Amino acid sequence: MNPSITARRSILLAGTIAGLFMAAPVFAQTPPAAAPAAAPAAAPALPPGSPLIGRPEGNADAAKLAPVAAPPLAAAADKLPTAALKLPPGFNIEVYSSGIPNARSLRIGDKGTVFVGTRFGNKVTAIVKKDGKTENKTIAEGLYRPNGLAYRNGTLYIAELSQVSKIENVEDNLDKVNKPTVIYSDLPKDEAHGWKFIAIGPDNKLYIPVGQPGNNVMPPPTHGQIRRINLDGTGMEVIARGVRNTVGFDWNPVNKQLYFSDNGRDWMSEDVPQDELNRVTKVGEHFGSPYCYQGNLPDPEFGWGHKCSEFTPPIALTGPHSAGLGLRFYTGSQFPAKYKNAIFLARHGSWNRTNKFGGDIIVYFLNKDGSVKSSEVFISGFLVDNKYIGRPVDVEFMKDGSMLLSDDWNGAVYRISYGKARTASR
Amino acid sequence: MSTPRFMRLAAAAVLLCAASQPLLAETIAERAAPCLACHGDKGVSETPDIPSLGGQPAPYLLIQLYLFREKQRTVDIMNEMTKSFTDDDLRNFSDFIAKLPAPPPSTDAGEPERMARGGALITAHRCNSCHGLDLAGRENIPRVANQREEYLARALREYKSNTRHGYDGVMAEATQPITEAQIADLAYYIARFR
Ligand code: HEC
Ligand code: HEC
Repeated sequence: MNPSITARRSILLAGTIAGLFMAAPVFAQTPPAAAPAAAPAAAPALPPGSPLIGRPEGNADAAKLAPVAAPPLAAAADKLPTAALKLPPGFNIEVYSSGIPNARSLRIGDKGTVFVGTRFGNKVTAIVKKDGKTENKTIAEGLYRPNGLAYRNGTLYIAELSQVSKIENVEDNLDKVNKPTVIYSDLPKDEAHGWKFIAIGPDNKLYIPVGQPGNNVMPPPTHGQIRRINLDGTGMEVIARGVRNTVGFDWNPVNKQLYFSDNGRDWMSEDVPQDELNRVTKVGEHFGSPYCYQGNLPDPEFGWGHKCSEFTPPIALTGPHSAGLGLRFYTGSQFPAKYKNAIFLARHGSWNRTNKFGGDIIVYFLNKDGSVKSSEVFISGFLVDNKYIGRPVDVEFMKDGSMLLSDDWNGAVYRISYGKARTASR
Repeated sequence: MSTPRFMRLAAAAVLLCAASQPLLAETIAERAAPCLACHGDKGVSETPDIPSLGGQPAPYLLIQLYLFREKQRTVDIMNEMTKSFTDDDLRNFSDFIAKLPAPPPSTDAGEPERMARGGALITAHRCNSCHGLDLAGRENIPRVANQREEYLARALREYKSNTRHGYDGVMAEATQPITEAQIADLAYYIARFR
């Protein structure tokens, strides 16, 4: 499959998705179309965190699928896939920095330093641009799955698998950064969905997800949620439940509500459930997992005794197994006006699907009331012949309104700008 | 410690610098000689606690050498060996070692009762759905078939106690429900797999 066909298919599918979702209220009366048969309940003793839970027995096609682990080494700068990527007319993509193995969450400091977290490595990296040169500095190491980063007023917050720490005045001297000090460690240690995305809200609180500890398990009350704490680690409060595994969220600059991506369960079928884009309108809302997925699909195992109408439905379905991760609202002014306050979501791409889906950046345009109006694939081409040549993880916007995008497959960060290409002058 | 093992290790120690600090003209085979002094030059280790490397997929080897270099998997000798490796060294060593022949199927049929218990555990815990029905691994998933028994048992114990952090967390999860007695049976079975 060539990249442009992939892109077109994605757009088509995104359309189907919007259609599917609009039909959701109707589903309340009619049985959901594609609810597949439940996996046999007789499966022996798999640990709750096993990615194999729920996998149909004796199915050769399903048996071929397993989570795809990113390579440990970053790709060489001249091997990066930028030339194969498709962007809308007028947009340019260039390599911002390469050689950052498993580059994941992105945050930008007040002085322009770009911080990069990682899931498989043990370091936090700072990308520094000076006199036309790019340098990747390790500013913290020996950490355990330091995937999540947040930044506010000179302080960098780092979320490891089971603790959150901070480095004050982090940009003052990037060659001699203080060791992180732990501010919050009341977190479970599960590996499954244990790596974290974090962010600081307009309320100046730090938001921390605790994923469901496995593909399809009844989470204990400590899991399957988004919490928030004060920046000193005090005052923990659960603000959303029924969250299976969110690895990206941001606040709508207009209504200040929290929007988050959530990844649906695996092994139910190739096409459902779809992943979700959700919004929190009141503290403590329940978003369905593990009882109900995509707003209208009761889980064959845990859905008994529940109705999907008990839970807050998603505002958009983001594709089957597409793994929507990092998302941000666009508040800059460099991109054309239609992107103002739209959501850019990085879809990491599926593993639990015979024909992979996702591996792109999709934009959601909103109505005045904060609901989703339409969507459009923004960058595609990471998926070629059912193989990844890169996998997008997080997006972040620079002061000048251009976009940074991390790719954990190649260990690189790209910059996307609109208007005359600026790369040539470098 | 038996004398042969000691002598092999001493020889390896002398050669250590050779592996970790390449002379310009050295081939990868020459640089890997000290590795194989410990790990066995036909893919099979004859030394307790040192794993056989034969038949391991290159992506798995690359990941482990990377984890050693970054001290994310802490084993003094291997951290030392890989300390000054460049990314290309990691790739070259993985590709070279991946060509070593896999350990031959065991000639020891094992006690039928323990073999039956081990085999049942493999099925119950779906070990073979990742490691393959032949337990030969693929991509980032290691070959375990005919690995040394004491090494297998230790690896499983270390995953369970989270003292060996895997690249991703799947083995930490997979070993959670497994008891010490079951670890012994699993290692017994996998080492004698045929
Ligand atoms: C002095 C002995 C010694 C030498 C020399 C040595 N190793 Fe090792 N190696 C070990 C031991 C012991 C382990 C097992 C670590 C553990 O306990 O987990 C190991 C583990 C490994 C593993 C992981 C295997 C697995 O199944 O996970 C790889 C790969 C490896 N070594 C490659 C090398 C390479 C390449 C070299 C040469 C550059 C080398 N070793 C040199 C002793 C040695
Ligand atoms: C979901 C896939 C999956 C399942 C299920 C699984 N493994 Fe693994 N296993 C892996 C991966 C991936 C690794 C490498 C992890 C790392 O980076 O250390 C591994 C590593 C190992 C190792 C270490 C090998 C070495 O050379 O060091 C052993 C032993 C092992 N597994 C045995 C088992 C057994 C026994 C079971 C069943 C109880 C099992 N595995 C189930 C994926 C799996």
